[in-house]
Amino acid sequence: MKKLVLALTGTVVLAAAAVTYTVSARPDAAEAVPAAQLTLAHGQLLYRNVSTGRIASVPLTDPGAKPKLSGLKCDRFAVAKQTAVCLAARPGTLPVETDVLVLDDHLNVRHTETLPGTPSRARVSPDGKLVYWTVFVTGDSYAATGFSTRAGVYEVDTGSLVKTIEELPVLVDGSRYFAPDVNYWGITFAADGNRFYATLGSKGKTYLVEGDYAHFHGKALRENVECPSLSPDGTRVAFKKKVGDGVWRLSVLDLATMRETELAERRSVDDQALWQDDHTVLYGLDNAVWAVPADGSGAPRRLAGDAATPAVTG
Amino acid sequence: MYIAASRTSDLAAGTERKPALRRVAANVVALGLVSLVTDVSSEMVTAVLPLYLVLGLGLNPLQFGLLDGLYAGATAVVRVLGGHLADRWRRLKTVAGFGYGLSAVCKLGLIAAGSSVAAIGVVLAADRTGKGLRTAPRDALISLSSEPDALGRSFGVHRALDTVGAFLGPLVAMAVLALSLGSYTSVFFTSFCIATIAVMLLVLFVRDRPGTMDRAAVSLRAAIDLLRAKDFRRVTIWAALLGLVTVGDSFIYLVLQRRWDVAATYFPLLPLGTAGIYLLLAVPLGRLADRIGRWPVFLGGHAALCVALVLLCGPQAGIWLAVVALGLHGVFYAATDGVLMAAAGPLVPSGLRATGLAVVQTGQAVARMLSSVLFGLAWTLWDLRPAVFVAAGCLAVVALAAAVVKPVRP
Repeated sequence: MKKLVLALTGTVVLAAAAVTYTVSARPDAAEAVPAAQLTLAHGQLLYRNVSTGRIASVPLTDPGAKPKLSGLKCDRFAVAKQTAVCLAARPGTLPVETDVLVLDDHLNVRHTETLPGTPSRARVSPDGKLVYWTVFVTGDSYAATGFSTRAGVYEVDTGSLVKTIEELPVLVDGSRYFAPDVNYWGITFAADGNRFYATLGSKGKTYLVEGDYAHFHGKALRENVECPSLSPDGTRVAFKKKVGDGVWRLSVLDLATMRETELAERRSVDDQALWQDDHTVLYGLDNAVWAVPADGSGAPRRLAGDAATPAVTG
Repeated sequence: MYIAASRTSDLAAGTERKPALRRVAANVVALGLVSLVTDVSSEMVTAVLPLYLVLGLGLNPLQFGLLDGLYAGATAVVRVLGGHLADRWRRLKTVAGFGYGLSAVCKLGLIAAGSSVAAIGVVLAADRTGKGLRTAPRDALISLSSEPDALGRSFGVHRALDTVGAFLGPLVAMAVLALSLGSYTSVFFTSFCIATIAVMLLVLFVRDRPGTMDRAAVSLRAAIDLLRAKDFRRVTIWAALLGLVTVGDSFIYLVLQRRWDVAATYFPLLPLGTAGIYLLLAVPLGRLADRIGRWPVFLGGHAALCVALVLLCGPQAGIWLAVVALGLHGVFYAATDGVLMAAAGPLVPSGLRATGLAVVQTGQAVARMLSSVLFGLAWTLWDLRPAVFVAAGCLAVVALAAAVVKPVRP
């Protein structure tokens, strides 16, 4: 009897502690900055405000300015021309589902796809007609533990959806590559809206794959190139090069000569780089957005704090 | 050769024979409730951890994989250690309680670790250590608290309660995320509170080692000598050999998904299907094992898995076949997990019960890890269906051999 009373009292106290903690963890609504109406007008740096999850905007010429915060919450965000894409993990769904929101130039939702997985990468093609993303999916990795990735494409005009490019026929060293553990991540399209690059991961190796979207085939160009990002002039790819387990060095590959240049950022960067223009690469690191020259010179420059997943309107 | 089963010291308190309606020992129910509450706590963390690591902390899957591998490896070694210490100190409840407590504190550790990958790695390893430490003493307590001829039912009740907790965990996590508007630390804190309730239940309601103790010498030597007992050695070796030809869960689900093109959104429901059947059948199959023999039921479980594999890759494809295969996968779990412990328990003197069960579990776990690597390799080399057929063939051969060649009596 005494034990029962003890057990009940203990349970009530602990349950109360849990509920108190949980309720007090709710973000304070009173402190919230009212939402500003953002647009995709020229010359802005947009990013995810890390502490609130809301999309923020600062002038590209003055990235240290006080940001305008939209009401839109995203985990990954990208823009090009009049199109933006927002990947947002649905709160309270387990296993996680991700909403892919296709947005117009006033960040109004044009289309929503809901996909299983955790957001990883998001991009819009330079012509604004394709949005593409990578999500992590748990549970179907044949390696029992860990993740696999799914990279997909949505055509804004036609509404056509490729949930995963895993079926892409690929040549590695000149012959068709087959393996059950093929994963793709980090797609990047050229200005023509047809040529694209992506990472192919299989059997512990990663390849840079060059693809033809219309004919839907691809070939591996090089090993150890992850999360490619094509320069605006279409000649170079910024990527993360694996230099150790869980350590990546931001580098640029010249597609004509296949020469690699390591950038001045010496810390490990685990992000898909973004070209601000043909000379500068942006990336998120340690809850801040950084810029570094694309030719290996100079030093990294901190653009905005409390920030991740940068996007630039051109 | 029932070494320990004939010892009266083996029996739980109050064992009047009422063959028709014997209840499960209170200690077993208490341990089952502790497992249930602990599983709620641990499964809620498991459910949000990938999300927390990748979105909250920006970890990349590779780093997560490293962490995961780290803590999976930690359990196998620690399990034998936990079993051995529990026997040596003759304190099964204390060692199990320490394991439960360590895992509980680790939930706070996750909050304290913040965004440091190294610290999170340490916390996850400690959490797994806690799990490894407690498993063998807990199963030994169940085994020692039950009448020898009702062991299957006892383990069935325990595993069923355990599974209920696993069902509830993700639901509680979702509720906490909804209430806290997406705060992961709230999930960890709630998980800590729930785990602490479990420790409290253990301290208050679980009795250590009922009956008088078997005063067998508990040295490492004695543990190794266990394997000299013919029946125990056979059970250990056959369980490990069967583990080596057992296709892992994630592969089964992946085959199901590939073959029947299960939408990825429904994919997470597959393990729930298996767990549901497990929950329903754990007690009935445990009772059946008590009646017709644990070893036949254990082997029968493997036969069910074998049939499931053949269905998965057979010429016919229909959704009902997928459902049957999933059901058989649940049967496999219900007929093997607790039943093996019920089979192995009586073969070990009560003073070495935790050590003995740890040895069987570790042998099986190591074999299954190997099997996963081998199957992955076969899949890559031969493609999915040939790999599954070969695996089913090997499973059938080993299960038949275990039934015919050198049979085990439990």
